[in-house]
Amino acid sequence: MIRVRGLRKHYKVHERPPGMAAAFRSLFRRTYKTVAAVDGIDFDIAAGERVGFLGPNGAGKTTTLKVLAGLLHPTDGEARVDGHEPRRREDAFLKKIMLVLGQKQQLLWDLPPSETFELNRAIYGVPRAQYDATMRELTELLQLGDLVKQPARTLSLGERMKCELAAALVHRPRVLFLDEPTIGLDVSMQAAVRDFVRQYNERFGATLILTSHYMEDVHQLCPRVIVIDKGKLVYDGALEKLVTQIRPDKRVKLRFSSPVEERDLATYGRVVRHDAGETLLDVHQDAVNRVVTQALAQLPVMDLTVENPPLEEVMSELFARGRGETRRPDTESA
Amino acid sequence: MSVRSTVRALPTLLRVGFADAVAYRAEMLVWVLATTMPLVMLALWVAVAQGAPIGRYGEPQFVAYFLATFVVRQLTGSWTHYEMNFEVRAGTLAMRLLRPIHPLWAYSVESIAALPMRALVSIPVAVIALAVVGRDVVTHDPLDWALWALSLVGAWLLTLFVNLALGCLSLFIESSIKVMDLWLVFYFVLSGYLLPVDLFPPRLAAVVDWLPFRFQIGLPVELMTGVHTPGRAIELLARQWMWVLVALAATSLTWRRGLRRFAAYGG
Repeated sequence: MIRVRGLRKHYKVHERPPGMAAAFRSLFRRTYKTVAAVDGIDFDIAAGERVGFLGPNGAGKTTTLKVLAGLLHPTDGEARVDGHEPRRREDAFLKKIMLVLGQKQQLLWDLPPSETFELNRAIYGVPRAQYDATMRELTELLQLGDLVKQPARTLSLGERMKCELAAALVHRPRVLFLDEPTIGLDVSMQAAVRDFVRQYNERFGATLILTSHYMEDVHQLCPRVIVIDKGKLVYDGALEKLVTQIRPDKRVKLRFSSPVEERDLATYGRVVRHDAGETLLDVHQDAVNRVVTQALAQLPVMDLTVENPPLEEVMSELFARGRGETRRPDTESA
Repeated sequence: MSVRSTVRALPTLLRVGFADAVAYRAEMLVWVLATTMPLVMLALWVAVAQGAPIGRYGEPQFVAYFLATFVVRQLTGSWTHYEMNFEVRAGTLAMRLLRPIHPLWAYSVESIAALPMRALVSIPVAVIALAVVGRDVVTHDPLDWALWALSLVGAWLLTLFVNLALGCLSLFIESSIKVMDLWLVFYFVLSGYLLPVDLFPPRLAAVVDWLPFRFQIGLPVELMTGVHTPGRAIELLARQWMWVLVALAATSLTWRRGLRRFAAYGG
């Protein structure tokens, strides 16, 4: 469905030092530097896949999505979406895709969202019966209710994002680019948006590429992730494998029925956090069975859970490696 | 989007555009007040003409001229340029580019959608004015009215294309609002908006004849008040439509080049 080969996107940006003198000088003589936002990346995405596109700020994620949506022209390389060259912005291509930018809106600000939906129906040439069916489904899945009758400017951020999603899906795009769709939303709204996106993917077989700084979005939605840093691809594969590769530890959480000293835990694994009643240990995955057995036998364990380390930490470590740093979460103890 | 698809979507685009134009009642009132400059000029020039006519303009002629100016301004105005500037700076132009309809079509339709509201303001003014100053102040010649209709469409298109072309400039220079301000200085002085073009000194009037500004307002007003012979009216009309084509070409050029730059630098 999506094929990217040697994709590069370089920008020429104006730069000047701070201060009045520099501002005045820049009126007559400007200096520019070239920024490699995307610097030769390759990947393929099959129809119906859900892929997380990850990277630190400025890594080139949004730029890549904009190239794939036809908003930016690549400096070099090839990008194809369902056989189309996005930069040509053919109608047939635009009718197949949609890019939802969490920080930009397409809803008509002064009118109820229902007017934007209707406008999109007309622009995309969606037959009335299909439109009615789609709107019924979207209203139900997103629990829009009467929201669609209020002017968009009066909606809360979360309500607006739900309506943005509905407006984006009126024409049932086969490829959905989501750039930070849950930014600024509260936890329950994030979960609602995630559920909806998954259901849309499953129901319509749509291909989905998601960028998000909320790792829970990625964890819940994307079996596969593509990680880019400084415009270069640093990982493409299963999320689970990435986690194992970067952090081969499991996080073991123990709750005790009576206080345990931190020094008594050193033999079990690396103590991440500890207080008398609870401890958090990083344990190498190969040692988890042994450690759990020992802990249950030797310590007053009331409750025990084994999890992957938080995705945020995995990503942070991955990006730190890219910068040549070694970074592990600080050990906390109470 | 093909022309056929655009035409099919037109009724919805117009309806939604109209709903958007009337969303703010208070803003509408302010907008009506902001476009009453011809009525202010009317009072001013009528006072000046009380002693003796100025050129061919006595009191009734000034009343007719500036009421016609008010009506023409209402029916040919366009503020698309400001919207484009805002959307380019805010990056929301991207949302238009994602839709299978040419953004310039969308802007144009939104501009048309505001016309019924403007007609609602201007037509009663015109009717009341006719009742007060008498029917003799406007032309009775059907040919003049036919040419007036053409000139009105020309004036609207010229104003729209100027707005679009200058709006597209914002794709190059981030904000072209100051360029539009500069255009408006010439527009207000040379279009016949503040005083009739035939009151200019002959040399300036000869120059104004070849500039676009007069064709945005002055020509339809002059045809409405029947001051031109058919030959002269057709000659001026031809010049107006020449400017429409020039502005269209400028719009097309700045859009294509601007979009290429937008696609190169991002928005």
